[in-house]
Amino acid sequence: MDSQLLNPTSLKSRFTARFLRALTKINAPNPISSSSPTPREIFQRYRRIKVAADKSMAYSVRSRTTWSRATLSRLRTRSRHRRLASFGPRSSVTTAAVLKKTSSHGKENEGGLGVQAGELRELVPGGEAMDLCNLLDETAHYIKCLTTQVQVMKTIANLYSLE
Amino acid sequence: MSSRRSGGSRMSDDQIADLVSKLQRLIPELRGRRSNKASASKVLQETCNYIRNLHREVEDLSDRLSQLLASADTDTDQAAILTTLLI
Repeated sequence: MDSQLLNPTSLKSRFTARFLRALTKINAPNPISSSSPTPREIFQRYRRIKVAADKSMAYSVRSRTTWSRATLSRLRTRSRHRRLASFGPRSSVTTAAVLKKTSSHGKENEGGLGVQAGELRELVPGGEAMDLCNLLDETAHYIKCLTTQVQVMKTIANLYSLE
Repeated sequence: MSSRRSGGSRMSDDQIADLVSKLQRLIPELRGRRSNKASASKVLQETCNYIRNLHREVEDLSDRLSQLLASADTDTDQAAILTTLLI
């Protein structure tokens, strides 16, 4: 699979380019990597890398899906709260809870799938507001993108560990 | 992406069955079986498990990358990575 020539506009190459750019930025502020970084620094870097990976994938999808828009909106809200350095996170949790309670449209016809569908809704970004059909459709796309994300991250990690 | 039928109307069982079998083909756990062998409920359950695994893999890889980045020289690596991915 990896031996094919990459289509420059494919999801995989768009994600890879964005993610690598983000990794460079994350690594930049530490030009003198003399002694090993503190655990705190490593954790912060871990968070930034994970956010960069999720964000890169959501951007690469170009807002064509509900899940990617939900991811980007969640990341923007989180970064805004962090910048304000206030008690923001609580309000976003409340919003999500309110969303869960109030959105019930399209869920009457789920037959016996109610429980699993509910579980799935929590895993797929933006799932709470989707009806079953959209949820299944978006889930398929979300899984394809997640597997691409994992594949690329694995390749990069393997290359770095060859040093 | 598949075309959306008109929203608001009752979703047909066929529609749901189609989407469920599409999902089944994506999940390694269920791919070996012939279609229709796995119930919709089982497919959704395995889908949830699969997504959770993928999330965990992303977290593990982010963790691994954060440790590796600490000691890596990014510029030369980027060239190597892009070359490898493009070949």
